[in-house]
Amino acid sequence: MTFDQARWRRDDESVYEPLLSEKDETTVEINGGDAESADDSTVDVPLPDELTRDELTLPELSEPELARHYTRLSQMTYAIDTGPYPLGSCTMKYNPKFTEDVAGLSDAAIHPDRPERRKQGTLELQYRLQDYLARIGGMDAVSLQPPAGAAGEFTGILVAKAYHEARGDDRSEVIIPESAHGTNFASAALGGYDVVSLPGGEDGRVDLDALDTALSEETAALMLTNPNTLGLFERDIEEIAAMVHDVGGLLYYDGANLNALLGRARPGDMGFDIMHYNVHKTFATPHGGGGPGAGPVGVVDELAEFLPAPRVRRSEMGYEEFRPEHSIGKVHGFSGNWLVLVKAYAYIARLGDEGLADASAKAVLNANYLGEQVEYEVPYGPFHHEFVASAGEQDAADVAKRMLDYGVHPPTTKWPEIVGEALMTEPTEIESKDTLDQLARAFNAVIEEDDETLASAPERTAARLIDQTAAARNLRLSWQALDE
Amino acid sequence: MTRSGGSPYAPHTDAETAAMLADIGVEAEADLFDIPEGVGFDGAFGIDSRSEREVRTEVERMLGRNDDMVELLGRGHYDTYVPSLVDNLSQRAEFLTSYTQYQPEVSQGFLQVLFEYQSMLAELTGLEVANCSMYDAATALGETATLADRIRSTTGQRVLVPAHLRSGKRGVLDNYVAGTDLHVESYPMDDGCVDVDALAELVEDDVVLVYAESPTVRGVIEERLDSIAGIADGHDALFALGSDPVSLSVLEKPARVGADVVIGDASVLGLPASYGMGLGMFATREEYVRQVPGRLVGASEDAAERRAYTLTLQTREQHIRQERATSNICTNQAWVALRAAIHAAWLGPSGLVETARDSIVRTSRLADALDELSGIDAPVHDRHHLREFVAETEQPAVDIVDALADQGYAVHAVDDHEIQLCVNDLTEDDLDGFVAAVTEVIEG
Repeated sequence: MTFDQARWRRDDESVYEPLLSEKDETTVEINGGDAESADDSTVDVPLPDELTRDELTLPELSEPELARHYTRLSQMTYAIDTGPYPLGSCTMKYNPKFTEDVAGLSDAAIHPDRPERRKQGTLELQYRLQDYLARIGGMDAVSLQPPAGAAGEFTGILVAKAYHEARGDDRSEVIIPESAHGTNFASAALGGYDVVSLPGGEDGRVDLDALDTALSEETAALMLTNPNTLGLFERDIEEIAAMVHDVGGLLYYDGANLNALLGRARPGDMGFDIMHYNVHKTFATPHGGGGPGAGPVGVVDELAEFLPAPRVRRSEMGYEEFRPEHSIGKVHGFSGNWLVLVKAYAYIARLGDEGLADASAKAVLNANYLGEQVEYEVPYGPFHHEFVASAGEQDAADVAKRMLDYGVHPPTTKWPEIVGEALMTEPTEIESKDTLDQLARAFNAVIEEDDETLASAPERTAARLIDQTAAARNLRLSWQALDE
Repeated sequence: MTRSGGSPYAPHTDAETAAMLADIGVEAEADLFDIPEGVGFDGAFGIDSRSEREVRTEVERMLGRNDDMVELLGRGHYDTYVPSLVDNLSQRAEFLTSYTQYQPEVSQGFLQVLFEYQSMLAELTGLEVANCSMYDAATALGETATLADRIRSTTGQRVLVPAHLRSGKRGVLDNYVAGTDLHVESYPMDDGCVDVDALAELVEDDVVLVYAESPTVRGVIEERLDSIAGIADGHDALFALGSDPVSLSVLEKPARVGADVVIGDASVLGLPASYGMGLGMFATREEYVRQVPGRLVGASEDAAERRAYTLTLQTREQHIRQERATSNICTNQAWVALRAAIHAAWLGPSGLVETARDSIVRTSRLADALDELSGIDAPVHDRHHLREFVAETEQPAVDIVDALADQGYAVHAVDDHEIQLCVNDLTEDDLDGFVAAVTEVIEG
């Protein structure tokens, strides 16, 4: 049950895989104007000399060398296709292969500035995806433009701001539970709001008294994740919605945990006014080592006129783009991360009602099963698709490093801070019972181990424990900055 | 083997599901959901499940309703031929299905690719720090404005941008500054380039950022970047240059003409036309590194004293700094950056330079060919162009655009009598066909 990541070394074992610049570097001299080429390494460029650079120095390798370089680097990268990846709140689940082919269709690769009647296929897919997402979220209107979840949050904040301003209502605060995703705070601040942090109640849910204290005529919105980051459903959601609406605020749904609710509950039905969808989580589009994702935003009718432009609607010609009446304008230079949206459409169409509901059922089943198997304390429950265990006396970061030696990716660590030494775990629906048992064995093996073993982990990975402090203290952000 | 439910990607057999439920101590999956009755939902979205084959056919048919066209469209988004190596390697599942590199010991491969991406941008821009990455050029411009606000917060609130700026880019910028005290103003252009004298008049000590582009949205190579930088510097404003990595392979290094920040869309490497999907490039001087938005990969050492890579300076980021973060960006365009890095490595320095040179040569050839026709003047600006240019037409531009579309060519109308044409990766045959089509439209 252990594994070794691929590694290639020099004779002195100093490097796993040399940098491209260490394998070969070539300087091309650039001649501006009509100068005669001196030799093969000189290129004439028909521009005045004062506009051109003198030379360009970059690696120049053959295609076979590059193929091996990147293949080796891929082998030094842990991914959902190589093993379980129970990162809480990140929803790392299997990405169907056919969606890549669908997104790779040549008809998907067009320029956004084409006349509308020459891109009816693209507009139709956008229209249908808007409709699917609206149904799934219980929302009335959807914009596909935000290129990531945080961009969706920012869009939602801008929509809330435009709504209040249109009513002549200048509000200054956004309320966010302490346990919320860091992006919520950053997005609200980027929108110009003061963040009011909401302490959690003893049961890990929103404390209604604390909420009552936080709410005021200054409240523009409450940003909530439901189930929250402890995996707990906010059972008082109807009352929370009423309280926020009573002071004239809007309720914002962070879609990061929507995987727990597909077909069981909808943000719109719970009283949320605005939400974003993390299609790269809930609808299994690949995370790509950190993106691209997409963060479509859904709103209730009253807010539809503020959504980014353009949106897509039916028309006589078939489909057309339009600018909502009081649109906030643009949140991406064009129409967002289109290829990701194509994959999301294909995924939703593949699963349909039954598949979506089953995805949630199995995600919740898996989390509860794994939660039963791990010997670390799980202080809050009952939970849905993710749970937060506590590493107790151990350091959660060390636990994580040691779990790598058992061949699995560890959970999210040290967050949310409500739980000391948190191990935030989300297996998703795609893991089998056997894999969950393997994960549990890794958790439970580490709990037995002493500090010394934990501190020296990991030992079986491509790199041993990496010095974070040195990376930050002596910044080396490019191969030009390496002094070896 | 019997599966118990509807998701084709959940591996549970009925027996396993039963065993797991028994282990937890509940009878049914539904018992695990702690949802009050008032907000429950019956699951009826009205979305039919289709087989993989049906979905493929459906999407193929739907997207097939896009017309078959030769696109001469650009203005910030470009169709690029992407070598097979890029598709093949970037689609390796280890790259495609990994997450942000929060556990660097098992992410050395992707981290090294991103480090190499940062390194190539450092060479192209001459700046020390490149992040990896942002959504697109427009959001990178928005982030640059908030960067200027942080760095120059005591001096003022004005952001100056060129009058020739894609409206979508300006719209994104306006939204990024909506939560700050910044306000954005346009400065005039003269024959496709910055009107330097007019800009000098506008810049005072209350300007925090001057932004210029080269090539501009009209494809013009800016000729007086050092003067623009000097004006900004004279008033302690940041100077940000919008460009792209292909043009930077031949144009003077931005750092040498005084750029403090270089932004733009790097998807000209690695991505074909994808309906505006992009890759925000962002590079700056080392002195601003702690104010940089987005992710940075740094070199470090592991416990065996071997070189290793890791995300660094994460205390700037939203997951740690929350509302005091330098940006809200979390998921970025890492995989697109990987594609750009592989494409750049495939081209190598000579390939990159030749790509830029070819683009200059072919742009000027097309302009010359059109200029010979009566009824069209090309290019409108007597300047050096890369990739694209604006042409003036006697007939209304929209009529020409429509007539060309009927012949299978897509071009921009940018004014009543101005069309814009981008040669990017078109073949000589495409361009010959286009000249013939324009001839017919104008003379027919």
